[in-house]
Amino acid sequence: MKELTKKPLLVRIRPWLILLPTLVVTLGILYPFATAIYYSFTDYSLKSTAYEFVGIKNWVEMFTGKEFWHSLGVTLKYAVLATALEMILGMVIALTLNTEKRWAGILKVILIFPLMVAPVIAVLLWSLMTNTSIGILEKFLNLFGVYAFPWWAASSTALFSVVMIDVWVNTPFVLLLVLAGLQGLPKSPYEAARIDGGSAWFTFKTLTLPLLKPVLLIALIFRIVSTVQEFSIIYATTKGGPGDTLMNLSLSAYMDGYTYSSIGRAIPQILVLWILINVITKKLVGAWLKAKSAN
Amino acid sequence: MEQKKRGEKALMLAGKVLLVFYTLFAVFPLIWMIIIAFKGDSQMYDTLFIFHPTLANFKNVLTKGSYVKAFVSNLIISGGAVLVSVLVGVPAAYALARYEFKHKEGVAFTILSFKFAPEILIIIPVFTIFQKLKLYDTYFGMIWIYQFIGLPLLIWVLRGYFEDIPVEMERAAELDGYSKREIFFKMLIPLIRPGLVAAALLSFIFCWNNFTFGLMLCGFKIQTITVSALTYISTSTIHYGQMAVVSVIAIIPEIIMCLCIQKHLVRGLSFGAVKG
Repeated sequence: MKELTKKPLLVRIRPWLILLPTLVVTLGILYPFATAIYYSFTDYSLKSTAYEFVGIKNWVEMFTGKEFWHSLGVTLKYAVLATALEMILGMVIALTLNTEKRWAGILKVILIFPLMVAPVIAVLLWSLMTNTSIGILEKFLNLFGVYAFPWWAASSTALFSVVMIDVWVNTPFVLLLVLAGLQGLPKSPYEAARIDGGSAWFTFKTLTLPLLKPVLLIALIFRIVSTVQEFSIIYATTKGGPGDTLMNLSLSAYMDGYTYSSIGRAIPQILVLWILINVITKKLVGAWLKAKSAN
Repeated sequence: MEQKKRGEKALMLAGKVLLVFYTLFAVFPLIWMIIIAFKGDSQMYDTLFIFHPTLANFKNVLTKGSYVKAFVSNLIISGGAVLVSVLVGVPAAYALARYEFKHKEGVAFTILSFKFAPEILIIIPVFTIFQKLKLYDTYFGMIWIYQFIGLPLLIWVLRGYFEDIPVEMERAAELDGYSKREIFFKMLIPLIRPGLVAAALLSFIFCWNNFTFGLMLCGFKIQTITVSALTYISTSTIHYGQMAVVSVIAIIPEIIMCLCIQKHLVRGLSFGAVKG
């Protein structure tokens, strides 16, 4: 009996040996993370190699300054708006595409393409669309008497324009997941609902939506985590501008760290972002596990 | 009853209309890109869809500027990163799928958490370390840091594929006298190959598309394709045709890859959480 429970050392550490290369590669990434926390208590700057321990100064300055709260607000506004649009649009389009018809099969392939486009390249494409001298959208708006629509160049339209690019790239992600979810639905409850004569909306609300909950939560987790830390699209369009309209936490930390070379000021903001992401994912993953076991 | 049916029909119609608009929204920028790419500078301003196509934009991008060099650099970094990810990730995925050991889920979730950590949080300290170790602006440094992108995806997706293979098959092969190594390479790897190819290509696409690491961890000797593409927006004399060509070159390989791995896309994109 004892021999069965106590395996030889080599057998016990075998999984660790197999994992070793991965651990070596990832520890190289984990170590900087630990130093990042330390740097947030120093006046570390890219300008000089010497730095001093300054205690909680960076943190106090961040929480008492206006910029941080503004950035936090922008971060949440962008994330909620982009994620909500992508979730709703992705789900509605998936429902209309959920047939065996030939055209639907073709669209299911074509509509995924934007998801493969790099966010920065997407910005290039939308610049070509919205450009005031050659853009097709400008020509289209001209028909309605609107000239030189500013898109992301004006602070009143910037958030909407940049979110539009995010929606263009990432709605296919939700679409793809929901379509997979719809295809995996069990058939028998729907037959029962049809015999009972429930309306389509009633069937959707009481059957489809609860059954899709796990897939929807996964889509939500991935989208919210990604939009909360969006950097590429905002950087490529406005670098956080006009003014500080789109200065979310990622952009603000980048500006403090790279443009103003103050690493000590940049890191606390990113750590707040990281804590935010952790809180959100923990909540949503918990909900996902519950929904998965409920089905 | 009649009224209810009419309401449903209206809802269906509204869905179809929305689908048409969404399709235009999704596809048109790609079509417009291709049109602009073949349009000469002289026809840019006064033509929309009817023009004489020219290859001048392609010639300019391919012969002038640094885009071709960036394309090659991107290929080396993304390809190298995926190769390393596969070499270290496949065994790791197997260990996480087959062995029971202490802290197993802890290790798995730590690897997954890289996907959810803000890139800038990693980059800033890595930047200072890279400068000390002379890894800034090198292929080695970029391939290493790109593990952050591809490795979690690969391990989590492949773990699922390994778990799908019944343990009994391995036991049976063991009883037939095959060694662990033979079982792994001759039986398991061929069984997960479709998933492996899909996960590797998807990791490649993510690496290929990345912008943040290339922006902050290299710049003088090595330029990634996204960083290089951005310079085509900010130049003072704007050549729209070249902007379009740059986009075409960056996008086409990815769309081809996307078509190859279509069946595994859902599983890959959701890190194995949704088995489409």
